[in-house]
Amino acid sequence: MIAFTDAERKEYRNIWVVAEILSGEIQSVTHELTGAARTLADLRKSEVWVVVMGSGIEGKPESLFAYGADVAIVVDHPGLSGFVDETEAKIMKRLIAEYKPEVVICGATTRGRALIPRVAVMTHCGLTADCTGLSIDPENGDLLQTRPAFGGNILATIRCSNHRPQMATVRPRVMKSPEPDPGRTGRIIKEEMLTSDTEKIKQIIDVFHSTETAFNLADAQIIISGGRGMKGSEGFKLLKQFAERVGGAAVGASRAAVDSGWIPYAHQVGQTGQTVQTKVYIACGISGQIQHLVGMQSCDLIIAIDKNSDTPMMQIADIAVVGDLFEIIPEIVREIPNL
Amino acid sequence: MKIVVCIKQVPATNDAKIDPETKRIVREGMKAILNPFDTYAVEEGVQLRDKFGGEVIALSMGPPKAEASLREAISVGVDRAILLSDRAFGGSDTWATSYALAKAIKKIGDIDLVICGKQAIDGDTAQVGPGIAAHLDWLQATYVMAVEEISSSSIRVKRMHEDGYDICEMSLPAVITVVKDINIPRVPSLKGRLASNKCEIPVWKPDDIGADTSKIGLNGSPTRVVKIQPPPPRHTSTKKIEGSSIECAQTLLRELRL
Repeated sequence: MIAFTDAERKEYRNIWVVAEILSGEIQSVTHELTGAARTLADLRKSEVWVVVMGSGIEGKPESLFAYGADVAIVVDHPGLSGFVDETEAKIMKRLIAEYKPEVVICGATTRGRALIPRVAVMTHCGLTADCTGLSIDPENGDLLQTRPAFGGNILATIRCSNHRPQMATVRPRVMKSPEPDPGRTGRIIKEEMLTSDTEKIKQIIDVFHSTETAFNLADAQIIISGGRGMKGSEGFKLLKQFAERVGGAAVGASRAAVDSGWIPYAHQVGQTGQTVQTKVYIACGISGQIQHLVGMQSCDLIIAIDKNSDTPMMQIADIAVVGDLFEIIPEIVREIPNL
Repeated sequence: MKIVVCIKQVPATNDAKIDPETKRIVREGMKAILNPFDTYAVEEGVQLRDKFGGEVIALSMGPPKAEASLREAISVGVDRAILLSDRAFGGSDTWATSYALAKAIKKIGDIDLVICGKQAIDGDTAQVGPGIAAHLDWLQATYVMAVEEISSSSIRVKRMHEDGYDICEMSLPAVITVVKDINIPRVPSLKGRLASNKCEIPVWKPDDIGADTSKIGLNGSPTRVVKIQPPPPRHTSTKKIEGSSIECAQTLLRELRL
């Protein structure tokens, strides 16, 4: 692979964020990444650009200036209402060739994790998935990307010195969203769609909004998760009550609970489900097989509730509550003060 | 229908050890398994072949011992398997891996559909599936939870996303990556086991797939791992809460300041 020369690398400037849009709304992960990009751009004395691809998003990209964006590149077209990987990748390739960003950061969402690998191959760039830390060399612009691998058991630092742009995805909630500064302003660059963008692409037949299959545990601050100890779908109703009472909490599950049919797969945490890094993880009746632990051991605060205090989950937990969860959870639900 | 299923052999344990000298993951002595997500890809390939006829081929890149995972795929119904294995492939990142796999898929020829697992449990990147699609300039669908329809020229799939799911239709050839929800993998039959023991698995080298050697292995990889370290330890002790249910609930809420 041919490495870039110093002169070629210097043509690439600015830190880009690819905005995450769901149902026409810019998602909070975009604010988080814009904040992270601001820090990197300040070190490089360069600008933060956000690429916003969507349909009927008039007026929305301007909101990103408050979070630290200097420029929003906007592609607003009906062909971008659903997620068409092929179209968005072609647009990204074109924009990258035209404006030459030094770094491109994208949310590690289902959409980001489908789009960016395609763009990275098309533009011949290095890509690091699910970064938990990003820092930049202020002199040469090399991005140092830290990411967990092997289920969070190791942390790897990755660099792509020889190519530009450098690409990374970051999970929602990993970076802190900056306080918006309503006084900040920026520029809008409008880009057109080309006919070729919509050639040889998939057709979106239908889109369904459903909480049952929503793959969005990563978006939650708190996950209340149940395992075999919940004994059945009735047990998960209790957890749903708990989550509603806490507010902003999502319900997770172990593989055992999902395989028993107590709750849909979209809620599964662990090796064959989702990896989560929430502020709080409350494991109810989950013994903590390694395949589950690797999916949640990076959460900030782990609370386990179980009758048996010897399980791996109760041992890794920061707080282990020993007792009958069918008695304790209703007590918690009753005791949570009304907000 | 001619289908390729891309699979990866991964370490079974999640307790990876790091060699302090080389900073590389010590894979020796670790039990290797077929990547769990790939078992769903294999099953989907076999089911589609059973329904529509044709052939399903398992493809893997890795060290010679990765052959065991290919044999596992054959034991559950895959027709044949190919292993890409050579020192020159060593150190490939997801760019170089997807390049080599795409070259092999082209070499096999006349492929209608490529199926990958959503991601591998060691790297967790989910980048190789879309990478293969990009190298081949084929359409792609990731996080596929169901194949709704398939014909000789198109496929209709259900994709999971953060807000629910969508149904999309792609012309073939295409690449899909699948999640666990898509099926329940079968266990090998006696016949399957016998077939997997007997079959010959060809090993392909860079020359066999016409790979540009500047695009494979460490040389062909834009990313470099510069440091590997264990993550910071979580905590030193577990705070245990015991007592009556109401006491437990109250103490926990005090801890959480709820």
